[in-house]
Amino acid sequence: MSFDRIREKLNILADAAKYDVSCSSSGGTRKNDGKGLGDSHSSGICHTYTEDGRCVSLLKILLTNHCIYDCLFCVSRKSNDVKRAAFTVDEVVELTMNFYRRNYIEGLFLSSGIFKNADFTMERLLLVCKKLRLEQNYNGYIHLKTIPGASDELIKEAGLYADRMSINLEMPTEAGLKLLAPEKSHEDVIKPLAFVQQNITQFAEDKKLIKHIPKFVPAGQSTQMVIGATPESDKDIMYTANAFYKNFSLKRVYYSGYVPISNDSRMPVLGTQPPLLRENRLYQTDWLMRFYGFKVQEILNDANPNLDVDIDPKLSWAIRNMQHFPVDVNKADYRMILRIPGIGVMSAQKIVQARKFGKLRIDQLKKIGVAYNRAKHFITCADSPIQLKDYQGTQIKAFILAESQSKYLKTDSNQMILF
Amino acid sequence: MTYIFDSSLPGLLTAVFEWFERKPGKVVLKSVEMFQPEAFAESLTITTNTEKADRVWLGLQKKLKKEWLRKFYCSYLSEIPEAYNHLFQFTIYIFQNKMGAEANYGNDHVMALSKYARSVEREKHRMEAFIRFQHTADGIFYTGVDPDFNVLPLISNHFKNRYADQQWIIYDLKRKYGLHYNLTTVEEITIDFTNGVNSKNPEAILLDNKEELYAVLWKDYFKSANIVARKNTKLHVRHVPKRYWKYLTEKQVN
Repeated sequence: MSFDRIREKLNILADAAKYDVSCSSSGGTRKNDGKGLGDSHSSGICHTYTEDGRCVSLLKILLTNHCIYDCLFCVSRKSNDVKRAAFTVDEVVELTMNFYRRNYIEGLFLSSGIFKNADFTMERLLLVCKKLRLEQNYNGYIHLKTIPGASDELIKEAGLYADRMSINLEMPTEAGLKLLAPEKSHEDVIKPLAFVQQNITQFAEDKKLIKHIPKFVPAGQSTQMVIGATPESDKDIMYTANAFYKNFSLKRVYYSGYVPISNDSRMPVLGTQPPLLRENRLYQTDWLMRFYGFKVQEILNDANPNLDVDIDPKLSWAIRNMQHFPVDVNKADYRMILRIPGIGVMSAQKIVQARKFGKLRIDQLKKIGVAYNRAKHFITCADSPIQLKDYQGTQIKAFILAESQSKYLKTDSNQMILF
Repeated sequence: MTYIFDSSLPGLLTAVFEWFERKPGKVVLKSVEMFQPEAFAESLTITTNTEKADRVWLGLQKKLKKEWLRKFYCSYLSEIPEAYNHLFQFTIYIFQNKMGAEANYGNDHVMALSKYARSVEREKHRMEAFIRFQHTADGIFYTGVDPDFNVLPLISNHFKNRYADQQWIIYDLKRKYGLHYNLTTVEEITIDFTNGVNSKNPEAILLDNKEELYAVLWKDYFKSANIVARKNTKLHVRHVPKRYWKYLTEKQVN
């Protein structure tokens, strides 16, 4: 192969793949049995970070950016005038192996534009996986895109070699998707997601009876939604995410702030800043749902269809629900401690363990890792100062905002409050 | 009262043994490098004794779960002078209290160990992430590192399991020892770098002829994966602190 040509291909096909945000390499369970290359690290490893601060864990490339579809939000859409390229199966295998050997990456994230038809594309992707696993004895991570419309047999076989599979919802609602990609529907995504999920469950069931059974998508499935290209509310987005977490036991839903790539009148104009703050608030909500025991309806509902911009959703919930506070950290339930702004999962666990040895004081809470300046408005502990005044939620919000600096807001919104 | 030890792990454990022999009340443990005699304070130099150390270690194993034995070991590998004293006090505290006393995060020594262990584990994880091998002409994948803490013992298994079919060397340039995996076992080695070899960057002549190619491809990939509209240098530097850039192939200028 010519060196310059492979460089050009890599540039084109990595550039086209970068809008897929998932770079997770966690949840893999493959062990290096004997003399192969690679094993999975259960928590995943980020090997580097791009200058936009995103983790690089996998070699994320498209097999080709030739595509028969014309989705407005996608750089590789048929009507877009970009350079096209395609890797051969061997080129992908060789790149993956050589990057892996040098500890550049945790594995491969392979996606593709649809060329000819879904099955033809899926077959090529499957071929890469099989070569890596069977010929190269490779046990590193493989994240494979399920191609919507591919046959069940191909998807099922791919599941035997991939660690994670994913299909993107692209737009949070069916209406949004129809607007920008009339040829597609959420149904195309739901069908294969459900099919893979059924197989994961089936393999897990069989595992109980038969000891040696091949792995099937051990790191589960994920999906992605583009945020800010169409006018959905935060409530729409998170309710969709919640439904997909529930119905398909997804490992992750990713929210990708739309980076303008097209001059079409239906979308934000070129040069618009991607909605990074909104994206951040959505991820915070996602975390509250998955690790903090919040129901999505508590955070977003008809009265509050969008997340606050100036404060995070956990603080926002607390301020709306002051009747639950202050919480006595020396007595309260673990679940309630998790809901205190300024206390994370690690601190909450430490508090619950440490308080068995005596009532906790302010200095101890600080050492444990509690963000005390934030938490102090919502807790009592052994030496809390006596609070004579009962502050309103809005007052507490003003206190917290006055002493915190947002990394997103360039101008401080609070400096003018005098009265 | 000050106890002085040779900064070895058996030495530290022997110090605990001696304390229980004598019960001298409040004692501070210092390594011999950090010790400075004071006019009115007594001191005792601990003679490392493996038998005594083993007994203390065995006792600790009975009192602590694996997770905490690991925290103990990690804190020791931090090589931070104050950590030695915290380890010493922590061990005494554990022996003097009922099972489960390590969950008392209100205790200074418990909290200190928990923090040291976290720093060391983070450094270990960073080494697993940021190490970049170079394929040398004799077929060995080589890298030189200078981690903040002595983490080579902690990463040995990870690399052995992962790169089972290739010979590799990870060399700690600061502590002047390294690990060599010879396709069967990992062995500790020392290399004499005096005869003109640049330890951080083996001369190009020593490298495999395809090494340059993959390094360039990787740099290209790193650039292509970036989304310029989302530029966030602060976050980038927080994730990849500048002191690690010297390891990273993608951060080297051509």
